[in-house]
Amino acid sequence: MSILTTQQLTRRFGPFTAVDQLALSVEAGEIFGLLGPNGAGKSTTIKVLTTLLTPTSGRATIGGYDVQRQPTMVQRLIGYVPQALSADSTLSGFENMLLLSKFYDLPRAQRRTRVEEILCYVGLESVSDRLVRTYSGGMIRRLEIAQALLHQPRVLFLDEPTVGLDPVARKAMWELILQLRQERGATIFLTTHFMDEADVLCDRIAIMHQGRVVAQNTPQGLKAGINRPNATLDDVFIHYTGNDLREGISGSETQGGNYRDTSATRRTAQRLG
Amino acid sequence: MTPQLRDAPRNDWAEQQGSVTPLPGVSFNPFSLAGTFIYKTLVATELEIRKLRHDPSQLLTRAVQPALWLLVFGQVFGRLRAIPTGDLSYLEFMTAGILAQSILFMSIFTGLSVIWERDLGILHKLMVSPTPRSALILGKGIAAGIRSLSQAVVVYGLAMVLGVGLSWDPLHLLGVMLAVMVGAGVFSALSLIVACGVRTHERFMGVGQLLTMPLFFASNAIYPIELMPDWLRVLASLNPLTYLVDALRGLMLSVDGSVYPFWLNLSILAIATAVLSAIGGRLYPRLVR
Repeated sequence: MSILTTQQLTRRFGPFTAVDQLALSVEAGEIFGLLGPNGAGKSTTIKVLTTLLTPTSGRATIGGYDVQRQPTMVQRLIGYVPQALSADSTLSGFENMLLLSKFYDLPRAQRRTRVEEILCYVGLESVSDRLVRTYSGGMIRRLEIAQALLHQPRVLFLDEPTVGLDPVARKAMWELILQLRQERGATIFLTTHFMDEADVLCDRIAIMHQGRVVAQNTPQGLKAGINRPNATLDDVFIHYTGNDLREGISGSETQGGNYRDTSATRRTAQRLG
Repeated sequence: MTPQLRDAPRNDWAEQQGSVTPLPGVSFNPFSLAGTFIYKTLVATELEIRKLRHDPSQLLTRAVQPALWLLVFGQVFGRLRAIPTGDLSYLEFMTAGILAQSILFMSIFTGLSVIWERDLGILHKLMVSPTPRSALILGKGIAAGIRSLSQAVVVYGLAMVLGVGLSWDPLHLLGVMLAVMVGAGVFSALSLIVACGVRTHERFMGVGQLLTMPLFFASNAIYPIELMPDWLRVLASLNPLTYLVDALRGLMLSVDGSVYPFWLNLSILAIATAVLSAIGGRLYPRLVR
């Protein structure tokens, strides 16, 4: 059964169409990857699905609730880890968790145990009293996942979860994501620019280009679908989005959104490195 | 062995049809709507106060400016006797104005912190939680009010040293605290609206400067409105800072130096806070676009 669906989902910014007639369907318990070049509309899609942006037309539902008309219900069903580092570096890990648990209306009696339990789950219990400023990049990412798990979300949105992480921290993040799915049956919706990551993690992948989904299948299906021996996901990506430089330029008409995305990625990478 | 989450739901989605019932342990609106709003506002305040507790240094650096105004500007202009201030000495007259200025400066940079939080993704995370956006704004306003109270302590201390006749009537002190809080609410909501409009640090810095100085000079903070040309009087009467200064001037000193009644000043400030917070709540989503 689909836990997340979109129908003709469209978001425009002035004359620019960032997301164009998007039709997605994500099954409960799967890891779904959204790939695409910068400016393809991935971030806009995530923002609409997480209630940060309203759609211009079309609709999206999560767990049967409409993201536009029932945002509060949707907000209680989803967890979100933004691409930028969203843990507050001037607070301790524990405080970050405690405050968010209050924003999510966790009952007072359960807050502390729940926070400690999840910190333990992601392996941060021993550093929970330290300011987040002193954490490594991988630790911050794990804290953010922990924050997103506080209210037991049904769908977890991870926007480029491993950008800027070193290889060891990246592998650890992959293990955490797979463990979440296996132990909690969580549905995970992620975006990434790393094809190896998508290949390892995702049950199904949608490739977006200029606001539209140009291909949607399992990683194996995508690779088999382009008629090339020993195709990798990189080949698939280039096949569908074009490796032509002009394409890259035309894909960047995002009212500076592309510039902002890129600078945000760099900033995240800088803070982690 | 990795610890497991006790209450983890496991693949139970498929069994559910249509809508979702709340999970045990996750309560839905434990209070009424208004109660939820107040609770979330206080959580947003707590967030700011905890940050301040980890690094209170900004309270000290912000205290320098009112000190300069009172110790240098106030002393010199007091000696000139150029500005007619009725029963009050010039220093007494400007004490309330300088406190109001500190509140303005303390609060106007709320917008900058929100842009910063947007860049970090903190704002996205809070806005995806089931929290009314105006509660996030009001929480920031209250936090700015608490920071401003620290400035009130500094201004009272300096005024005492300089021999300004202060009123220590507990009711007056309570009224001052109230005015400080509401005044901070007005200007932090205003600065959030500006932040939603300009959306980047660089532009905010420019507009912030552009906003604070005219607000300060087109008010009764350091000279009476009667001295102003007509056009400036009109601006001053539309400026919330004027009412904040007047409220403070009526309560801080041993002689009542106010023009309007306290309840009127406070009502104007409270209405301005409510209206600006509501507008800010509507504009807030623009920041995360």
